[in-house]
Amino acid sequence: MKILLIKTNKESFHELEFVRSIENILKNNKIKFFTSHYKDLKKQDLKNADKIIICGTSLKDNHFLKNIDYFKWIENYNKPILGICSGMQIISKIFKAKLKHRQEIGLKTLNFKKEFLGLKNKKEVYELHNNYFDLPKNFTKFTDSKIPQAIKHNQKPLYGTLFHPEVRNKNLILEFCLF
Amino acid sequence: MKLAFLLSGGKDSLYAAYLAKQAGHELVCAITIYSKNKDSYMFHTPCVEKTKKQAKSMSLSLLACKTKGEKEKELKDLEKAIKKAKQKYNIQGIVTGAIESCYQASRIQKICDKLNLECFNPLWQKPQLELLNDLIKNGFKVIVTSVAAYPLNPSLLGRKIDKKFIHEIKLLQEKFKINPAGEGGEFETFVLNCPLFSNSLKIIDKKITGKNNSWKMEVKLK
Repeated sequence: MKILLIKTNKESFHELEFVRSIENILKNNKIKFFTSHYKDLKKQDLKNADKIIICGTSLKDNHFLKNIDYFKWIENYNKPILGICSGMQIISKIFKAKLKHRQEIGLKTLNFKKEFLGLKNKKEVYELHNNYFDLPKNFTKFTDSKIPQAIKHNQKPLYGTLFHPEVRNKNLILEFCLF
Repeated sequence: MKLAFLLSGGKDSLYAAYLAKQAGHELVCAITIYSKNKDSYMFHTPCVEKTKKQAKSMSLSLLACKTKGEKEKELKDLEKAIKKAKQKYNIQGIVTGAIESCYQASRIQKICDKLNLECFNPLWQKPQLELLNDLIKNGFKVIVTSVAAYPLNPSLLGRKIDKKFIHEIKLLQEKFKINPAGEGGEFETFVLNCPLFSNSLKIIDKKITGKNNSWKMEVKLK
């Protein structure tokens, strides 16, 4: 099992916050991984990965949305992908959902009406975003919140969380990687 | 990028600032909040007055602000200080030493967003024993200046963070669930020297006060 972590941050100093935190979870659980920025991705990277995690970035960084063409490969990719915050926004945009503005920062309780990568019922999550996307067509929303916080494609293993599981829900990342 | 950092005097704020400089950013000022409330949710207080000496050793301007330390109101004081740093030094972002505290991190994120500043938390979710080892590896001379959790006692005050300390705190973590980096307020630290300083700070006097498992050491620096 080899996980590809894709960085979405424009400013490299943010990696310590949004990428290293996930790398540490994988390291602690002896899960093999390699990391690449989305602008440096090669076809071979996508081929070599068994699963992909698209990491988040800072509150003010929306550069990835301007560069959405770098992510067109997602449309025809069939291996499991987990998009975290900006990662979920990227997946949503690729599947033609509409961008909306809403700031959420800090701890929040979400109610998972169906099990989502090990999370069910009420769970505390950490939010850090200024934007979100409507639910893309052919995706299911797993929380009863107004805005989509946890989504999955109806046919493909494509997952997204608007919240940051690396903060309070580390097991979600392990569930994605190991099962 | 021109950055300011929140300086408490302890290991986390200075290590975060060090990482920012290592990443090629320009540290232009430090911001210290002097809280009158020793139980503040936001700011750690032991030895905070000594941050002036640290800033001087880094040849950095120090923007110091007082707060009564009342919950949420102290955030207004922090916002004023950051706003002042933006106006005076034209900073583009703030560096914090937050590791686990969603309370601290989320409030600083909100202030930075309101002021159109980047917020960098380079220690966010960092494994705490790894952080202590990194401090040693990078030449940080850090001492313990207060303790506030069972079974910690005044014998720890003034102790340098070294391999022996890490071994002992690891045992305390296993037995008593003490947070090894002290982020839960179990202990506070003060940095006497680090690669950002031009000179090591020297303690010329100290005063220990406290009771039970809550003790602090006030130091006088040369």
